Formats: sequence, C-alpha cells, structure tokens
Amino acid sequence: MIAHTHPYPAIEVKALSKSYGEVRALDGISFEVGRGELFGLIGPDGAGKTTLFRLLTTLIAPDQGSASVDGLDILADYRRIRQRVGYMPGRFSLYPDLTVEENLAFFAALFDVKVRDNYDLIAPIYRQIEPFRTRRTDKLSGGMKQKLALCCALIHRPSVLFLDEPTTGVDAVSRNEFWDILFNLKAKGISILISTPYMDEANCCDRVALINEGKILEINTPQAIVEGFGETLYALSGEDMFGLLEAARRDKEVRRCYPFGETHHLLTSPGFDPRRFAEALTATGFCGVSVRPVEAGIEDVFIKRMGNG
Amino acid sequence: MRILLVLLDKEFRQIIRNAFIPRLVLIFPLIIMLIMPWVATMDVRHINVAVVDQDHSAASQRLVQKIQASDYFTLIQLSEHYDESLARLEAGDVDVIVEIPDRFEKSLLGGSPERIRITANGVNAMKGGLGAQYIVQTILGTFAELQSDRGGDLSSDLFVVENRYNPTLEYRHYMIPALMIMLLILLCGFLPALNLVGEKETGTIEQINATPVGRFIFTLAKLIPYWLIGFLVLSIAMLLAWLVYGLAPVGSLGAIYLAATLFVLSMSGLGITIANGSSTMQQVMFVMFFFIMIFVLMSGLITPIASMPDWAQFITCFLPPRYFIAIMQAVYLKGTTIAELCPNYLALTAFAFVLNLLAALTYRKQI
Repeated sequence: MIAHTHPYPAIEVKALSKSYGEVRALDGISFEVGRGELFGLIGPDGAGKTTLFRLLTTLIAPDQGSASVDGLDILADYRRIRQRVGYMPGRFSLYPDLTVEENLAFFAALFDVKVRDNYDLIAPIYRQIEPFRTRRTDKLSGGMKQKLALCCALIHRPSVLFLDEPTTGVDAVSRNEFWDILFNLKAKGISILISTPYMDEANCCDRVALINEGKILEINTPQAIVEGFGETLYALSGEDMFGLLEAARRDKEVRRCYPFGETHHLLTSPGFDPRRFAEALTATGFCGVSVRPVEAGIEDVFIKRMGNG
Repeated sequence: MRILLVLLDKEFRQIIRNAFIPRLVLIFPLIIMLIMPWVATMDVRHINVAVVDQDHSAASQRLVQKIQASDYFTLIQLSEHYDESLARLEAGDVDVIVEIPDRFEKSLLGGSPERIRITANGVNAMKGGLGAQYIVQTILGTFAELQSDRGGDLSSDLFVVENRYNPTLEYRHYMIPALMIMLLILLCGFLPALNLVGEKETGTIEQINATPVGRFIFTLAKLIPYWLIGFLVLSIAMLLAWLVYGLAPVGSLGAIYLAATLFVLSMSGLGITIANGSSTMQQVMFVMFFFIMIFVLMSGLITPIASMPDWAQFITCFLPPRYFIAIMQAVYLKGTTIAELCPNYLALTAFAFVLNLLAALTYRKQI
C-alpha cells in the first residue's frame, strides 16, 4: 500500500492548529499520508476539513504545529509546494467565461507545461468532456465541471492531489465514475488526500481519518475502523417508527438510539436482550416490532465516537 | 514574464468576451465628452424676468427693451404691481423681479435717484444669484447709455475686462479637461478593483493562489489591460474635444500623458487597496462611490478650491485628482510646461508611490 521508494511521506502533519477568532477550526491534529496512498478525511460540515486543505495547499498559515507536503515545509517551502500539488477546492473555481480548453490550457501554461505533455494522465477523464471543449465553462453540467476541475488540477502531473469534497452535489453515477478515476490516478503513483461528508465513500479509501470539531477521532483502514466498533449493534423497526424511537430512548438498557435509513440503530448496555425488548414494546401496543443485530458501518462508529466525546 | 503573458492573454480574452467592457470603452468617452460639457455648465441663460414698471418713462422703457433683447433674459411679465410679480416668483415662473419706482427718471435727473429693487429667487442659488448680478450689469449699462445720450461722460467704458487663456470665459473649456479625469478614475481605478474582487467572489483566486503564480504578477496582469484601456479612452476623449469643441491642448501632449500615467498609477493603487479589504463587489462599489463623491466635489472639478473654507482646502491636498485637474487645466488652456507644474507632478508621484505601497502592504496580510 505504501511505496517506500521516497524518503518522505506524501503528507506529514504534526500538531497542527488553526483558529478563526474564537473558533478553533483545527485543534492540534497529526497524521501521515504515505506515497501513493488514497487517504480520506471523513467528517461533518464544519469539522475543519477545508481549513486543513487550505493549510496544506499553503493558502493560509497555521497558528501552531507544522506540516510538510512531499517533504517540503508548508511555511518555508510554500513556493515549491505550489509547483507540485494539485488542488481542487470544494467550490467550483475555474473561470466561468473561458471555454473548457481555454481553462485547461491556462492552468497548464501557469505550470509551464503543454496539455499534450501530460495528456496521458487526464485522457480517461478529459475524453468525456472533450466534445464540449469549445463550450464556456459556466454552461457545463455539475458532473462535467467536476471532471474539468480535476483535469485542471492534474495537468501539471502533481505528486500530491488535494480534493476537497469533490463529490458533493454530484449524482450517484458520476460519483462512481469519479472514484474509478481516482483509483486510476492512485495506480499511477499519485498520493491523494480527499475529503467527503459521505460515509459510504470512506470504504473506497486506503485509510481514513474521522474528524470532528477540529480533532481527529480515529485513523485507520475502513475495515479496521468498522471492526473496532466492538459491540453488537441492533436495528429496530416496526410500524410506528417515531413512537418506537421515543420508546427506545426511554428504555434504561438502551444507551443510544438514532434513526438510520429505514430502521433505528440501538447502542445498548450489557445484559440487553433483544427478544425481551421487542416483547416489551409489543406489550405496550407497538405492532410489527423487530429487533435484530446488524453490522456497524463507519457512520455508526462516527456517531458512537462523537457521543463519547 | 512568461507567466505575465499567460495571465494577460487570459485577461484580454475575458475582457473581449465580456459584453460590457468593450462597449464601455467607446460609449463612455462619447457620453462624457459629447453630453456632459453641455449639461454641466455654469453659464446661466434664459433667466425669467418680471419687470414692475411704475415709472413709464423713457428710461424704464429702454431698460425693458434691453432685457428683452438680451439672450440671458426672458421677459415673462411686465406689470405695475409688485405683488403680482411676487406671486409669479412664488409660483416658480419668475427668477428675478426688477421694480422701477414711480418718478424714477425724474429723480435720476434730479441727482438723488430713487432705488431700483431687485428680488431674486434664491431656491436655485446659482440662477438667482447670477441673474441678479446680470440685471445689475444691464441696468448700469442702460444708465451709461442714457447719460451718454444726454452728452454726459461715457462711464460704461470705465472698465475693460479681459479673460486670459479662456477669452470668452467658456465654462466648457474649463470643464472638459477635468471631465477626462473622471474617465481615468473610473476605468483605471475602479474597473480593475471590481475585477479583482470578482475573482474572490467566483473563488477562482483560491485556485490561482494554489499555483506558483505570484500575487504581484497576478495583480499586475489585472492592471495592465485597464491601463491600456484608460490611455485609449483618454486619447479618444482628447480627439473628441478637438473635433467637437475645437479644444486642443496649448501645452505639450507629453505633459498630459506623463501626468495621466502618474495619476493612473495612484488610482490603480487606491483601487487595489480597496479590493484587498473587500470580499464582495457591493463592498467595493460603496467604498468607491464614497471616494468618487469626494473627488468630484472637492478636487476643483465643479467648484474652485480657492473658494472653499481653509479646512476643506487642507483636505483637498490629500486628493490626487486635485493635482491632475490643475495640471490638465493649465496645460490645456495656458500651455504651462512640466517644469512650471513641478510641484503638482511631484505630488502625483508621491501619491502613486504611497498608494501602491499601501496596496502591496494590504495584500501581504491576506495569507
């Protein structure tokens, strides 16, 4: 998973902090992204993901701590970092009044490269938007904009790619295509740091960091994170879902109950018996009550960790 | 240098593709040079006059004829009662009332003349004030003629007034060089600032900042197109002034372009400083309107600086357009040389330096 041909990790973050006035956006976080690794930042809005991206792409300076990208310090060597990273901001940030090919040629020229020099890298993506190359960028659909933005971030063959919520607001098909593209790039040796609010996308990453309120809750492979859930999770369903939620929350043996898709997920105390619990609910007048164990997902881990603080 | 060319290529593509700016370059100087000099004039004509003639003498009739013949006055009413005329003045039909009292001519001959009463409507202070003044001149002229008819001395020739450099005292000739400055303030100070903030609004600046492009080069690439546009528009405006009003600079073009360069630099610096402190176009617009108001009203464009109170005159020392307007008017009308206007050029140089330094300082704080 981690290629050891380079002496430095792709990204190294040590006790990094950044505040905006009273708000502590990042609170002493540390992690490492290996060469050729696809590393995911998973967290809700306002967790500090974008702040981290802006720090690592040298757009802002940290208050405390240090970080390096490609072995280069984000403060001392920011100019050299800018030469070799690709950044796709969360908000679409290409020139709306330039055409597809003008945008691409412009960003290539800023890095002093020709589009055809690195065409092999972007070809699988660019081919899909090439039929619209003379169209103004503001006339593109959301999915096409994302693809163009990725092309522009890749055109100088960066060694590290920063993608800030690239799949937010993109339809399910385009999201899958997008992840296929990322696997391709990873295969070409590009290290990728990607953030997403979608927990299901976490499984596509080599490793993920769960981040909340500027702090990292856990860093591990998606599988290990799920395995680390460490208790049985129950799914509760029945006819009156809202009534069941309230009833379950009143039960002494239920530590936590939250809606999850079509069921409610239950975190329970030791000694919890699902059959007795279901019977008790039926006795109080609920119909079709079912309580069965389910496999925990990353979202469940997240909720559990957030609850524990 | 290579990056600058890449950025300039992008800027020009955007400007040409923009539906607004290429048209602005043509329409702006046309409107400012063809319409403004006619409407923004301080020459007061067609003052509505009512004459209350209680004398009915040769003298009073002569005065009425004079008023009727003049291009400056329109005789609205000739009555015998002051109250009637006052009613018309209150209604807004009349700007000035001239009341010639009974037995005025007789008393004039007798040596101790009755007084003529002039009543002016002060709501429009300019029209009322100038109207009353013109009437006084006309009356004095009429008296002089009457006296000379009777063989008296020709008192009307007591004064000879000559207006140097603007012989007919054309307000337009004083106005036009100053109007050109408005073009430069808007094109070279405000458009690049709006463009810079536009990149903040669309978020593109975030993408650019993550590339090796330096902020200085980036800002320079924003300014150069507008500098070129500014000089193009200034040249069009000067050509129009010559073609339409026959007004060509008496002094050298070099003196004008040197001053324009310094002025454009200081306006760009001001624009960038404002853009650095703003995050939306509205913010930039409001701050700039504030500066425009001050520049228009306090730089000697409309009212002469010498007639302002001392404290206001002191404030005008900090307004770059003040120096540029002084240079333009002097070079255009008097043909003054750069050497003679040295203090003004030095002031503009200082402003260019300080404002650009401020621009550089404010954007370093952004990281």
